[in-house]
Amino acid sequence: MKEKIVEILTDLRPEFDFNEDVNFIEEGMLDSFDVVSLVDELESQFNIKINGTDVIAENFSSLDKIEALVKKSGAA
Amino acid sequence: MNLKFKNKQITGILTILPKRVVTFEEEMGNYNFPEKKSLRLKKVMGYNTHRVAAEGQCSSDFCIHGLQYLFDNGLLQKDDIDALLFVSQSPDYFMPPTSNLIQGHFNLKHDIICMDINQGCAGFEIGLMQAFMLLEQDAVNKVVLMNADVLSPKVSIHDRNSKPLVGDAASITIVEKTEEEKDIFVSVKMDGTGAKALIIPAGGFRMPCTEETAIEHEDEAGNFRSLNNLVMQGDDVFNFVQREVPPMIHELLENAGKKAEDIDWYMFHQPNKFMLNKLADAIGVPYEKMPSNIVENFGNASGVTVPTCISYNLGEKLEQASYLTCLSGFGVGLTWAAILMEIGPVRFNQIIEF
Repeated sequence: MKEKIVEILTDLRPEFDFNEDVNFIEEGMLDSFDVVSLVDELESQFNIKINGTDVIAENFSSLDKIEALVKKSGAA
Repeated sequence: MNLKFKNKQITGILTILPKRVVTFEEEMGNYNFPEKKSLRLKKVMGYNTHRVAAEGQCSSDFCIHGLQYLFDNGLLQKDDIDALLFVSQSPDYFMPPTSNLIQGHFNLKHDIICMDINQGCAGFEIGLMQAFMLLEQDAVNKVVLMNADVLSPKVSIHDRNSKPLVGDAASITIVEKTEEEKDIFVSVKMDGTGAKALIIPAGGFRMPCTEETAIEHEDEAGNFRSLNNLVMQGDDVFNFVQREVPPMIHELLENAGKKAEDIDWYMFHQPNKFMLNKLADAIGVPYEKMPSNIVENFGNASGVTVPTCISYNLGEKLEQASYLTCLSGFGVGLTWAAILMEIGPVRFNQIIEF
């Protein structure tokens, strides 16, 4: 699952390495519009629905956090 | 706050749109972002075209054009108007009230209440609430509610946060008494601690416009705007809406003894498609019952989006039939409000251009 998420993130922001252990939001690797686009892609690729109340920066700050959100939202 | 009314009805809705159509692609070059990223945003948010007023056109001009149309077509009689409400964030002047100017333009009777209300995204619901309150009086039988905003001149062309979605428009809604005792449920909530999430910082008495306030600065996301421009903290607004609006709707339905599926239409404010779809999911409503096509076709004109949504999606159908409708607006203030009421059959439900 993580590989797929990195693939989606890299397509969104090819200039960054999302395998790095950094805070994606604080480092400016993802802005709010990237987050919206990411939600759209994650929902489509994993066939899930992410709750609106879960679309907060904290949930997109690292690969682990994004993976946890995807799982919480129904992905196997 | 929960309110309840009886014996009130909407008898007509007219939406007035500017003729000028601007496409997302026309403005995309003004943004400080790669084209691919902007186009991705266009798809997710549902941006496409928006209607923009011609230079010099004010909110009141659209209202006057709409009222003249109603008078000319016999859809409204001047002497029947007991109250004229103008809900807007773009008045002609700080003083006098724009509603008085419109009353003066048509030389309407003096036995009338003119009232300006400064509200934005929830302006249709707040305006209706005020209309219902006025109609509790014996002397008031017909209220003309005007929602109007021409805010596009206040948005920086270099601001991808706000420019692609802002639209200019006006609507005129006729609200009057009825013998029918159907309940109208209203919920209104406000939180001024979040007021700066949507603001035009300069131009009022607190911070008058100067050469300095007109200088554009780059924000963290790469948008350029000045203090004279509208600024929206998109994340804060999104989070507030997702957190507050679904519980308000659930509470409103519970008060009315209804389930989400009992409602025919959810006519909501139209900030963007993404936000509306998330709201529909949270409330448990199929997307078909909550149209999200206004920002895509006309832009977001604050409190005018809900009547535009009704006019565009229901059109003449509403002149023949009645629908149990949940209205909701959320944004500037912060204000969030919802109304559950039966709407239709109305005398008119149209869109015209000016």
